[in-house]
Amino acid sequence: MTTETEQRSGRFGRYGGQYVPETLMGALDELVQAYEQAWADLEFHKELEYYWRYYAGRPTPLYLAERLSDLCGTQVYLKREDLNHTGAHKLNNTLGQVLLARRMGKPRLVAETGAGQHGVATATVGALFGMETVVYMGVEDIRRQRLNCFRMELLGARIEPVESGKGTLKDATNEAIRDWMANVENTHYLMGSVCGPHPYPTMVRDFQSIIGQEVREQCPEQVGRLPDKLVACVGGGSNSIGLFYPFLDDDVELIGVEGAGHGLHTGEHSAPLAAGSFGILHGSASQIMQDEDGQIINAHSVAAGLDYPGVGPEHAYLHESGRATYVSVTDEQALAAFDQLSKLEGIIPALEAAHALAWVIEQAGNFGEDEVIVINLSGRGDKDAAEVKSLL
Amino acid sequence: MNSIQQTFASNRPAGRGVLVVYVTAGDPSLEETVEIVTTVADSGADIIELGIPYSDPLADGPTIQGASQRALEAGATIQGVFDCAAQIRERTSIPLVIMTCYNPILQFGPETFVQEASKVGIDGILASDLPPSEAEQWCAVAAEYELSTVFLVAPTTPPQRVARAVECTTGFVYAVARPGVTGARDELPEDLKDSVARIRQVTDLPIAVGFGISTPQQVAAVCEIADGAIVGSAVVDIIAEASNHEARLQQVSRFVSALAAATRQ
Ligand SMILES: Cc1ncc(COP(=O)(O)O)c(C=O)c1O
Repeated sequence: MTTETEQRSGRFGRYGGQYVPETLMGALDELVQAYEQAWADLEFHKELEYYWRYYAGRPTPLYLAERLSDLCGTQVYLKREDLNHTGAHKLNNTLGQVLLARRMGKPRLVAETGAGQHGVATATVGALFGMETVVYMGVEDIRRQRLNCFRMELLGARIEPVESGKGTLKDATNEAIRDWMANVENTHYLMGSVCGPHPYPTMVRDFQSIIGQEVREQCPEQVGRLPDKLVACVGGGSNSIGLFYPFLDDDVELIGVEGAGHGLHTGEHSAPLAAGSFGILHGSASQIMQDEDGQIINAHSVAAGLDYPGVGPEHAYLHESGRATYVSVTDEQALAAFDQLSKLEGIIPALEAAHALAWVIEQAGNFGEDEVIVINLSGRGDKDAAEVKSLL
Repeated sequence: MNSIQQTFASNRPAGRGVLVVYVTAGDPSLEETVEIVTTVADSGADIIELGIPYSDPLADGPTIQGASQRALEAGATIQGVFDCAAQIRERTSIPLVIMTCYNPILQFGPETFVQEASKVGIDGILASDLPPSEAEQWCAVAAEYELSTVFLVAPTTPPQRVARAVECTTGFVYAVARPGVTGARDELPEDLKDSVARIRQVTDLPIAVGFGISTPQQVAAVCEIADGAIVGSAVVDIIAEASNHEARLQQVSRFVSALAAATRQ
């Protein structure tokens, strides 16, 4: 017997699926149904577009970074998600999911956060719609992203510190899911990336695809054609898939940049596509960092938002099929790019986004002069200023 | 009839509930687990759930998370747990059900895992994050090696999924007492009787209730409405808190005896 939802259980090749305790399966069925109905409903799109435009400030600019272009010997455009309200791409998704939560009649939101940007974006929509909001955050991330903790509290959310594991995003995700299990009747789990069980990878991708759709309109207007390369950092993979997805059928190169941490050879990194293997984490099958017994290995990245031992299943699929290319840069390279963009363009990037910048800067000279490269500047770096200062 | 169903069947005429006790293998060490499980069996438990520790168990509360962490730090591996099970099997014939998450099984190789389990005398397997809708191949492999399957049914499980779960189950149906994670609780949920009745309507398989069952009184109450009660965190807590090996076995024995007596009330 296969039910309707099972036939569409969100597979990307051998990746994806729904590997969660039975207690959550009813809620996932409900979410799949609510999402499919909403996505087919013009009213839902109208409402979402309203908030994207008048509340978040979309569309975000596509900006020709001239001095960075000179440095790299090519044309580099920045997709300015740092100018989205709350300072990162994360709000695109939280606006979509909060409207769904309202449709489902769930008055309470729980979320995990690493860099705190998704936590802030969730606290923001919680405030906007008057919903109780609880954000799980690892103690190490609370330490290194203190500014975002203040912001969440100001917005009226409660932060639940997570001590287990290394006190980072993986551990926060475990606790958020456990909270959801206990309160599933009245709570929507607002996942922040394209990970987790179906429908999250598909749904979050669809909400983030506004990034790529805008680039698809802006680039021909400003440059006269589609870009040659799209470059974005990959933590769970939401800003990157949001940029890539509308271009999957075009002749455009897609490059995802993972965090190499202290170097892939040290084992201290957050690059499951480069150095992981097939497995299950947080409800879906993907490429993950694990030992031979399937125990999850702690990740490391200077960027809290990349510090995660898994990646969205669709990226694992695009990696395997060869449609997208995945590379990695170290903490050190990312920190250098953080500094460079600040001084070259007057834009302080999030450490996560600095990984995408670092790869392009490293490749300087290898590009054609007329090539058009779009980098997703997924967020602004205010949150990282204190941590970077302590590291320099 | 497999050994798990037999256990339920032989308790039924006397009106006795089946006591299932969960122990995390490797906490505090695999050597001690052999003795702890033997003690649990000798003290009147009917079925043992042997947990293979996993780094990120979504369905578990702080008690079992802590036990898993300690076991992994003490060096427990999947092969180590199988070796431990083989030693337990030399000492007792009590049915053993492996409980773990699916990723360790996947990395060991589902077929190799089931083969090895069957070789060391394991009777059944439960993967707490493998819902029946993802378990088609898993069930086929388990059937090939005559291992019983156990699946969870929660109060939140929609009717068509309850039907699917009982179709996939060959051991017993694990009725999750309440939404949320494992961990000792003071009270039984009010709607427990209805949750069990909902499953009973669609199957004759044995039904045991777990998640939060932690006292003899609760075991007695659960055995009134279901075929068995599963106690985990309360035993794991005793194992964790005892000051030494002898005290641990003594306290476990006393507690399990009280739980077992409660199944006869
Ligand atoms: C600014 C920024 N970029 C990127 C990420 C990484 O997430 P994802 O790969 O889902 O875009 C985060 C996550 O916190 C972030 O805050």
